[in-house]
Amino acid sequence: MQHVDGNALAGPLAEFFSFDLTTAIARCSGCGAVGELARTMVYRSGAGTVVRCSECDQVLATLVETADRAWIGLSGISAIEVPRG
Amino acid sequence: MSFITRGFSGCSRERDERLPPGQTLVQDFPVLSAGPTPEVDTAEWEFTIRTESSVHRWNWDEFTSLAIDDVDTDIHCVTHWSKLGTSWRGVSLDTLFEQVETEQEYVMAHSYGGYTTNVPLDELLDGKAWVAFEFDGEPLEPEHGGPARLLVPHLYFWKSAKWVRGLVMMEQDEPGFWEQNGYHLHGDPWTEERYW
Repeated sequence: MQHVDGNALAGPLAEFFSFDLTTAIARCSGCGAVGELARTMVYRSGAGTVVRCSECDQVLATLVETADRAWIGLSGISAIEVPRG
Repeated sequence: MSFITRGFSGCSRERDERLPPGQTLVQDFPVLSAGPTPEVDTAEWEFTIRTESSVHRWNWDEFTSLAIDDVDTDIHCVTHWSKLGTSWRGVSLDTLFEQVETEQEYVMAHSYGGYTTNVPLDELLDGKAWVAFEFDGEPLEPEHGGPARLLVPHLYFWKSAKWVRGLVMMEQDEPGFWEQNGYHLHGDPWTEERYW
């Protein structure tokens, strides 16, 4: 099967990054817990925001923001479910 | 207009030369954490250095029986605050590495609670880094990294890992927790190595 380049992601990924992600459901890659992102534990500091699993404390995601750039890391999330329609 | 000119030149002259670019002086000690504060009992505390061939271990009593340095230094946080003339006590990494043989040149610091940060070994030696357990004459409080934290004051303060529990030698430099998520692999405040 041939692959295509990353431009093909524009449509599918727009769905994931264009709505309120706190309503999404994520799976923790550490303990396997599945739950709404809104129910995670969020630690905010000047350095960045760290999102942790409310079941096992593992880091799910990190957010780092500057005036002109931002990073999102999803190192502890194995999958995200978003509602459609 | 003359008073404005005087004001600007006055500001320029009065900037403290100990402040790296982009930093602001603070008098308090802000707390930055990536998670809950681990409560580590010194009876359970252990510090290790893991090399390619062995593991060196110290418990609290062994650790605090080593030669202890008094360290007066400035600290610089990547979130733009600096604190000048802070006082610490701790064990120099030179003392710890006297007993360690390694050919590997990079270090990953690991903390209770899971935090990691990477530092080249040569930036931890020759009087540049400590494992500190006292601040301002008092035992280091948990919110500031007690019972013991890494102190690498010539780099941004995220490199001075709180609640440090050990160092793991690495053959190549690899990013730690914040370094994987946007922050600079090295972190020199004088050249503003803040982000990728």
